[in-house]
Formats: sequence, C-alpha cells, structure tokens
Amino acid sequence: MGFRLTCPNCGERSYHEFHFGGELRLFDPDLTDQQDYDNTWLRTNAAGPQQERWFHWAGCRRWLTVERDTRDNSFKPS
Amino acid sequence: MSGLLRRRTYLQAREPKRRYDVIVIGGGGHGLATAYYLASRHGITNVGVFERSYIGGGATGRNTTVLRANYKMPESVAFFKQSFELYRNLSLELDYNLLMSRRGLFWLAHSENSLRLQRERSLLNQAFGVDTIFIGPDDVVELCPQIDLSAGGKGHPIIGASYHPPGSVIRHDAVVWGYAAAAQRLGVDVHEGAEVTGIDVENGRAVAIRTPAGRIEAGTIVSATAGYTSTVAALAGIRLPLATHPLQAFVTEPYKPILDRIVASADMLIYVSQTTRGEILVGAEIERYTTYSTRSTFSFLAECASRAIDLLPFTAKLRILRQWTGVCDMSPDYSPLMGPTEVDGFLVTAGWGTWGFKAIPAGGTAMAELVATGVAPSSIAPFRIDRFRDDRAVPDRSSAGTH
Repeated sequence: MGFRLTCPNCGERSYHEFHFGGELRLFDPDLTDQQDYDNTWLRTNAAGPQQERWFHWAGCRRWLTVERDTRDNSFKPS
Repeated sequence: MSGLLRRRTYLQAREPKRRYDVIVIGGGGHGLATAYYLASRHGITNVGVFERSYIGGGATGRNTTVLRANYKMPESVAFFKQSFELYRNLSLELDYNLLMSRRGLFWLAHSENSLRLQRERSLLNQAFGVDTIFIGPDDVVELCPQIDLSAGGKGHPIIGASYHPPGSVIRHDAVVWGYAAAAQRLGVDVHEGAEVTGIDVENGRAVAIRTPAGRIEAGTIVSATAGYTSTVAALAGIRLPLATHPLQAFVTEPYKPILDRIVASADMLIYVSQTTRGEILVGAEIERYTTYSTRSTFSFLAECASRAIDLLPFTAKLRILRQWTGVCDMSPDYSPLMGPTEVDGFLVTAGWGTWGFKAIPAGGTAMAELVATGVAPSSIAPFRIDRFRDDRAVPDRSSAGTH
C-alpha cells in the first residue's frame, strides 16, 4: 500500500507529493577520502527504522527528515 | 516410465552438517546455481545452501521471466549474452523442462532521444554478435499488429524500435527446482526454513554462520540474497552500495494466445508479455523510494494498466487477476555487484536489481569459478564491488531499468 507522510508545514499528505531523497547521510566538507567514499556510495539500507530525507515538491517545497520503518512504511510520530 | 509421469523428488530434508566447504546464503536462482556449478564444474560438493523461507520464494519467484541479451554497455552485453547461451541448453543440462519460449522482444522509442539510444544499442549488440536490429514503425506493426503506433493518441507516437529476436520467456519456478534437484543429486545440501541469524568474523575472516540449528563452520560464505543483501552483509559488519526498492507487476486472467512478442517501451517504462499460461503480464520500473515491504499499491496498478491500454488497446477488455511486489537491491549504476568483500571468505553476488533472473546461469558459473579458484573470471571482473572507488562504474540504466 502507499503511505502518508506528515509534513510539519502542510500536514498529512500522500507520499505521491514527495520526492524520496534517500537515507540521511552526514555532510562534512572535511571528510577523508575513505569517509567520503563511504558517505557517497555505501548505504546502511536498514530493514527497520531509518532516518531519511523527503522533499515536499507538491507542497511547501522544503526538505524534511523523518524516521520510517522500511519493513512496513510506518513513520515514527515526531 | 515416461519423463512426464516420472515422480520427481525436488528436495530431501537433511540435517545440516557442522561444517561446509562453501555455505551459500539464499536459495534463489543465483544461490542454487552457484551451488550447482561448484559441484558440477569444480567438484566441490560439500556445499550447504541456507534459505530462510522456501526455495525461489524471493526475487526469483516474483520476477517476470524475460530472457534477453540486448544490453547497452560492452561489459553487460558480453555477460548477458553468455547467460542467454547457457539458458538455451539448461533444460538438457539439468534434465528438467524449463519451458523456454522464444518470442522476440521490442524496445519501442517514442522520442528522438530514445530512438538514438535504440540505434546505438542495436549497433553495439551486433558488434558483440547479439541479434538486435533497428526497425521503423512499419516493421513494428508488421511484426506485432496488436501495437497501437499512436500509443493512445497522446502525442507520443512510436517512431522506431530495437528488435531483439532471441528475447524469450521461461518458467521461473522450474529454473529454481531444476537447479536445486540437480545440485542435490551431486551432493549439495539445500536447507529450507533455515534463516542465517549471524556471521562469525574472526581476525577479519568470516568463519561460520549462526542458524537456529546452531553454529555451522564454513570455508567460504557466499551471500546470494538479492533485495536482502544489505541485511546479510550487516551480519558480517559491512555496508554495500545498495538500496532496496520495490518492483511491482500484475497479470490478467488467462486468455487464448494473442500476444506472441514481448513489448517494452523505453519512454512509457512498461513491458507486456503473455505467459505460457495465457495471462497478460505487465511490469514497470521500480518505485523511487526504498522499502522492504512487499505490499502492492493501487496507484501502480491504475497507472500501468492505463499505459498498457495505450500501447496495446486489446488489453482494455481484459480483467486483472492479481498483482505482486518484490524487492530489488539496486546498485548506483544499474549493474551487478559481484565478488569478494573487505571481510575475507565472505563473497557477495548482489546488485541484481531488476535484471537478476536472466543472469542466473552466468552469475552462478562465475561465482562458482571465483569461489573455486579465488580469481574472478573476466566476465564479472568489471562488476567488482569497489569499482566506484576508482570511478569504474558500468552505467546501464537505459537497458536494465525495467526488466
């Protein structure tokens, strides 16, 4: 089934309104080459709770970070 | 007794041994093929396959069974050509009828961009001895009169296509059963309902697996778990360049033979074929978000049914029977990830995304050779796991992205 996300600006909306931005990754300009490789290419790809980014393109057009359980697409209430 | 009536035993339940030379995690096509080729080509028969559920219950049982070799990167064309050739003789080799059926496969272009892509693809395929030709709309409709060249009259008519005559469908369950039975005849143990819950790593080397039946030692451990590869790799403490996306498909009720080709559209991102049972099968691209959930969505069904009707108007009258979802381990460049990892003795055959089924024989022979000799054969060397570190990606999204 599809699912619904709660946008802090727009409220609860269908996932069709959002663009998936992948799992949350650290951003740090001072990474070593090894850390940069890990950060750019490798993924935890967890089967369970995952911190991730979504872009609400059909609404407020802002990025949000949410925690979703990838086994059943349920969201942790914020 | 005739072959048709002969009673076949597919799997015999056996107690797991305390030690195997090679443990394969995952009893799908790739895992069972790797075990079979280890036994048949390299004489390594002390092999245990551990499947969490039943054999072929994951991606191998959920894919849409299209076999083709018309890829668009030199490395991929050579690899999938080898796989297709192995598939052609597989029924004989495994002594098991896989119901392979040659159909011919279109890749339709509705835009200048994808037209150019189909032309390039045909030329590249021909350079590798793969039979793919570039054809115009007249040829499309002559080969498959069911196709609506106006694609539903929505402003994106079909302006050309690449046509791959060897494109085939095969019975996916039979591939799994054939490999499992043949491997077992050679002495391989196949354990169903045996989930691997841990991998013991000592001094940087994987030495054993943990199962509910206890600890089992291994010379080498191979993960062949497709969409679940990241979770198995996590047991060994490593991360891989993979994200698990859902892929959906649906079939209609069975009808008389009406569509003898496989029709794929580069711009509409769907493909349609008729199964041997008569169902019209429609599949599409992966969903953009990641998930391990295998629940299907209504929006997919509605959208893809609409596109199928635009492409093949006769499908408007058909009734949908069922839909399903599988999970795919997508690599960043839409090519496989095969070979050793940073943990010694732990190998993965992964990154099978939406193109794994057609790669089973070539993937299995290559992994078996890698395990037996310690050297990756040249066919899979370009698909090494750390290729992104030195910018050696094999980007093949245009030809691997749907099925």
